Amino acid sequence: MMQFMLLFSRQGKLRLQKWYEAHPDKVKKKITRELISTILARKPKMSSFLEWKDLKIVYKRYASLYFCCAIEQQDNELLTLEVIHRYVELLDKYFGSVCELDIIFNFEKAYFMLDELMVGGEVCETSKKNVLKAIAAQDLLQEEETPQGLFEDHGLG
Amino acid sequence: MALRKVKGNLERMFDKNLTDLVRGIRNNKETESKYISQCMEEIKTELRQDNLAVKANAVAKLTYLQMLGYDISWAGFNIIEVMSSPKFTYKRIGYLSASQCFHQDTEVLMLTTNMIRKDLNSHNMYDSGTALTGLACFISGDLARDLANDVMTLLTSTKPYLRKKAVLLLYKVFLKFPEALRPAFPRLKEKLEDPDPGVQSAAVNVICELARKNPKNYLSLAPVFFKLMTSSTNNWMLIKIIKLFGALTPLEPRLGKKLIEPLTNLIHSTSAMSLLYECINTVIAVLISISSGMPNHNASIQLCVQKLRILIEDSDQNLKYLGLLAMSKILKTHPKSVQAHKDLVLQCLDDKDESIRLRALDLLYGMVTKKTVMEIVRRLMTHMDRAEGTMYRDELLQKIILICSQNNFQYITNFEWYVSVLVELCRMEGTQHGGLIASQLMDVAIRVVAVREFTVGQMALLLDNAHVIVGPAAARSSIAEVLYAAAWICGEFSQLLANPKATLESMVRGKVVSLPGHIQAIYVHNMLKLYAHIIATAEEEDDSEMIEEVTNLLLERLPVFVSSGDLEVQERASCIVHIVTYVQKCHKHGDKVGADLALLMTGELNPVAPKAQKKVPLPDGLDLDAWINDPPSESEEEEDDALEKEIFVKADSSYKHRKEKYEPSEEELQKLRDARRAEQASNPYYVKSSALSSPRPNHNSIQVDEIPVTAIDLNVSLKIPGMTSLDKYQVVDGWQDGGKKRHKKQKKRSKRKGQVSSSSEEEINRMHVVNTDIGEMPEGAHLSDDYEIDDRPEDDPHRALDINLDEPLSPNEVLPTRTHYEAHAQRKIESNNEAKLIPSEIPLKMKTRNKKERKEKKEKTKKVKKEEKKVKKKPSRDANLILDLIDPLKETVISDKVPVAANHINGIADAKNKEKTSDDLDFWLSKELSQTPESCMDGTTKTASPSTPSSSKDDSKSKKTKTKKEKKAKKEKDRDKPEKKLKKNEKEIDTLSRNRDEYEETNGTVTQEVEEKLAVPEPQPYSRLLAEDSHIRIVYSTAAMDGVMSEILVCIKFISQSSKPISKLQLILPDSSALKMIRTPGKLVFETGYRLFPPKEMGMAVFQRKQRQPDPQSELVNLPWSLDPGESKETQLSFTAEDVTIPHKLRGSLSYIQDGSSSSSDISLRLEFPVTTFLSGKTASRATFTDLLSSGQLSARSSFTLPNCPWSFPEVLEELTLGGSLAVVECVDQTASLYGRSLHGHHVCLLVKYQASHHLTIDGKSTEGILLSNALDHLKTTLMQKQ
Repeated sequence: MMQFMLLFSRQGKLRLQKWYEAHPDKVKKKITRELISTILARKPKMSSFLEWKDLKIVYKRYASLYFCCAIEQQDNELLTLEVIHRYVELLDKYFGSVCELDIIFNFEKAYFMLDELMVGGEVCETSKKNVLKAIAAQDLLQEEETPQGLFEDHGLG
Repeated sequence: MALRKVKGNLERMFDKNLTDLVRGIRNNKETESKYISQCMEEIKTELRQDNLAVKANAVAKLTYLQMLGYDISWAGFNIIEVMSSPKFTYKRIGYLSASQCFHQDTEVLMLTTNMIRKDLNSHNMYDSGTALTGLACFISGDLARDLANDVMTLLTSTKPYLRKKAVLLLYKVFLKFPEALRPAFPRLKEKLEDPDPGVQSAAVNVICELARKNPKNYLSLAPVFFKLMTSSTNNWMLIKIIKLFGALTPLEPRLGKKLIEPLTNLIHSTSAMSLLYECINTVIAVLISISSGMPNHNASIQLCVQKLRILIEDSDQNLKYLGLLAMSKILKTHPKSVQAHKDLVLQCLDDKDESIRLRALDLLYGMVTKKTVMEIVRRLMTHMDRAEGTMYRDELLQKIILICSQNNFQYITNFEWYVSVLVELCRMEGTQHGGLIASQLMDVAIRVVAVREFTVGQMALLLDNAHVIVGPAAARSSIAEVLYAAAWICGEFSQLLANPKATLESMVRGKVVSLPGHIQAIYVHNMLKLYAHIIATAEEEDDSEMIEEVTNLLLERLPVFVSSGDLEVQERASCIVHIVTYVQKCHKHGDKVGADLALLMTGELNPVAPKAQKKVPLPDGLDLDAWINDPPSESEEEEDDALEKEIFVKADSSYKHRKEKYEPSEEELQKLRDARRAEQASNPYYVKSSALSSPRPNHNSIQVDEIPVTAIDLNVSLKIPGMTSLDKYQVVDGWQDGGKKRHKKQKKRSKRKGQVSSSSEEEINRMHVVNTDIGEMPEGAHLSDDYEIDDRPEDDPHRALDINLDEPLSPNEVLPTRTHYEAHAQRKIESNNEAKLIPSEIPLKMKTRNKKERKEKKEKTKKVKKEEKKVKKKPSRDANLILDLIDPLKETVISDKVPVAANHINGIADAKNKEKTSDDLDFWLSKELSQTPESCMDGTTKTASPSTPSSSKDDSKSKKTKTKKEKKAKKEKDRDKPEKKLKKNEKEIDTLSRNRDEYEETNGTVTQEVEEKLAVPEPQPYSRLLAEDSHIRIVYSTAAMDGVMSEILVCIKFISQSSKPISKLQLILPDSSALKMIRTPGKLVFETGYRLFPPKEMGMAVFQRKQRQPDPQSELVNLPWSLDPGESKETQLSFTAEDVTIPHKLRGSLSYIQDGSSSSSDISLRLEFPVTTFLSGKTASRATFTDLLSSGQLSARSSFTLPNCPWSFPEVLEELTLGGSLAVVECVDQTASLYGRSLHGHHVCLLVKYQASHHLTIDGKSTEGILLSNALDHLKTTLMQKQ
């Protein structure tokens, strides 16, 4: 099971964090700090895996963003890399050649995408098409609500 | 009013939205924290407004800030408000925020139960989806309990989108609420066959996760997964299934065999690296679980290693890394196949990636052999010179030492070389492993006597060159520690020093004072040792000049240490100063004190086992208060020992000799002694090298004192002359010819020594002997650890999930459901009304109530049906969310109150199925054993077949009563360990066939031999004739039911001797006072073919089962079949006996009708149950046997003698063990010990002695005297009868 997923920039700024195992906030911050500094210190030619405490860390860099997942000892590293890649592909399809700024400004969308791909640390949907379809349907739902809602919210409806 | 509202709204239009916030933070990089605190204030005011849109916007901003590391837990209630919005847009934001910042201990969560339930059951599938994903992040124990049933309902949703998410959420529910696992599991299992591949894959994911933590409970699912594996093409799912099998195979080696074929096919065919890697991993797990016995097993390893080689050779660093990782797993079991790829691993040491280099190092650790150790270490040493970064260099250093020292220096053949390696390692700059090197040096010097002198020489040089080693760079490293070892070794073995005075001088000279305190202390102390040695030798030689010189040297130098800041140094130094002054005084008087002085330090170092202290047993009868001055005498203990060994009354010498070890002859002893002397006299290789045949050509014999210390070659700054260098051990080519010569010499030597090289396959003899004794241990203590360690931490949620899923569900195992408020439950609810008003108290009260209700429910099972009907009326869902909780009268959560009927029935039906599956699993696997590997290819079609025999079972099953089910469960438990039993059984058979001369306890590994004999059944029950007439012959055999205490199973076999069919067989067996037949209504009888099978085998699905006409009260047993001419059939009856210590008899009769004749015939029967019937030898093992004998429980003794036994010893044993009532525990020559255990738990131990003159003695000991005498009587009569 995946324990958590972190997205951070080359400058060490956290862009996304998803925890599938509960930790107190302090611990989360400590883990994040440690991992970011360890991974940023690694040279580009190095393998994408490292052992960290009793977990395995799988990370991959896409442009200026690092995608980093922690998995358990028995989990498959290559499969995790595939999950990361699948996620990047999905973001790319959704935003249209995704860049770091897309994720910064639409961070909630990135989370929604991740929630469709993974539930509770396990891969939920492996079909890209299905994920995008679900996301599109939910966006549509929001759009339908908005125009009417806009007036209502502002006391004009 | 309206105007103000509009005005407020217009203001809000200018509120910051999320984008503004993000942009603002980016624009205020310098004053970020200030900007954010300002935003926080704004958010707080926004949250105070009652417009949901504003709140949602605020919460979205908070979520962003949370990611930046700000605490937003104070906004919990606002988040819930946003979650409860009817609008999807806000709900989505609310749930996102909740999943980011809530966790299981968040207190506001208990307010959300009803709201989440409402969302889960929403018409909009995306509402439910959002709730499901959110719940997966913050589910708590209470939420899991209250919502489990709603999640279960979603499993049957028509939308795969929801089913899939619900399945995944179930895993989290199980973790938080383990009680849900059993009732929910049948439904989860169904999802494995869901039409939607996503749902299927989700179910596989969940079961895989569950099974990895507690594999044994999921073994029965193997056939289902096997089918999925061979039919699916979804790699994501395949990986999970294969991983699951990896967890299951260690428990069931037969499964592994079945898997090898499809897995190797996948390895060959797949192009997905992740799948390939998973397959290899599981194949490795399989190969570990079946350690041998596979013919094509080598091929699989080779295939794996080959594929891994491809991975390692790949340019992708990730594959390289994983390849090395998997390789190290193979290494543990099949080192040979990995060692072939040594070149590749060494190559990886040059990799740019440090993590790959470290992996390669790990591999090397396991790859060394006696042959390769030198080369590998040489490579590592050169690496170390080149390696940049102290971290990696330290790692290398540590690995070198670990490689060399593993398993008590198993791979080191030349310790002189190893010492040189260690000395070389001392020169590494800035290492943190000085202590490690030091301890190795001391270890070698102490344990390898042969190189001690060499080591001492090297250490003297080290001391002399201490300034080089402890250079200016040494401050940050711990390399000075080696001086600790050097000083100690030189002092301890001062008699081996070539020039003790020079060494002493080098010790007092230099910057010793700058060393750490504990090293100084050792220096000072060992100066005394050296001094004592020098004085003693000088006195012998009357060298008074020398004495004066060293005494003055010490007296001049020691005062520096007396004023040391370190207490230890100060104390030792002042003590030594006084000793030296005293010695000086004595010498002035002309007294010789050398010998006395040396006495201070005499005594040989003895190894002590690491656990010795812990294992010191408290001697018997030691009272720490009373006997403080009177320790218990040794002789007493010895007597005790003797008593323990002499367990039998008349145990003669042959019995005692059993345990004696091989004793070397006088000649061999002499040889050994010679060898030892030769070794002790001097170093066999280096000092006397000129006297012996010429040593290796490239080896300079070292004569330390001849080398001028001053001649430091400045070009090679760190080289210390005289100090050994590894160059002369160059192993590449020169080693080979040198080595061959060495072999010859070595062989000669080993002959002389009478030693045999420990590993004959690798023809490298050890040059030096390591003292590998376990060390001194207290008497009677063993080194073994029998502590069982559970490696899972106490709070691991998976511990709670170790639940047997094959047991049928009991009616009270249902998911807690929310029910409508029932009138008759009013009173109970009322008592809880108070609590309801204060939400924070709800969970606590509810829990206590649950317990109460569970108790009540047992009494109320009759009522349950009524209530079930009521539940079917669906409770109305109220739209008011949070208010729901506060209003207790509307509806309430009654957990664990009423089972849902559908769920319940479903569960039981499924439990039955499961019983079947575990049958099937055995069948599925056992079937495989007889099949050739080729035929398991089409496993898919075959997995379907087991249902055929079991389907016929089903009709009868429905009529089965509970008692029967329980019995069957027990039987199944027995069957769960057939492997073990067969093995033990096999051992017995082996003993019988091996002439009993060389009986040895085999260890647990399954060998090829065992595999072949798997088909051998249990010892054939010993059948006796019951009755016979012209038409029918009846034989019977008895067996104590294994696992079912106090039950005797009687197999009665009817053999037709008539030419006509016989029908209407009827047994009449009236109970006697002490023996009763177990008459369970509807009990099954087994109808078998033509052979007597032991009861265990009867359970196999291949036999058809029929129902006997129940007749509970009378002694009549109607047999439902008829006998055709020449046919034989069998029935089984169970009996219980109140007293198992006396023999029993049972009289009865059999009536039958022969076809064609109108009247029935009668035969009278006499069933005999000698006491041995009630004994079973199945639990016999040497350990329990000796424990029993030494425990003193066996108070009763008895024996008999047969002076003229016509039988040979094996025949006697065969006779005694017939029917399995007694088992041979140990057998030496013509003596054997047997063990049996009665149904009521009495132990019977027998010692059978057979002397050459056909004189047979059987001694018995037991916990029950009557049982023993009856058993011996019976055995005696049986043996006499045979005569």
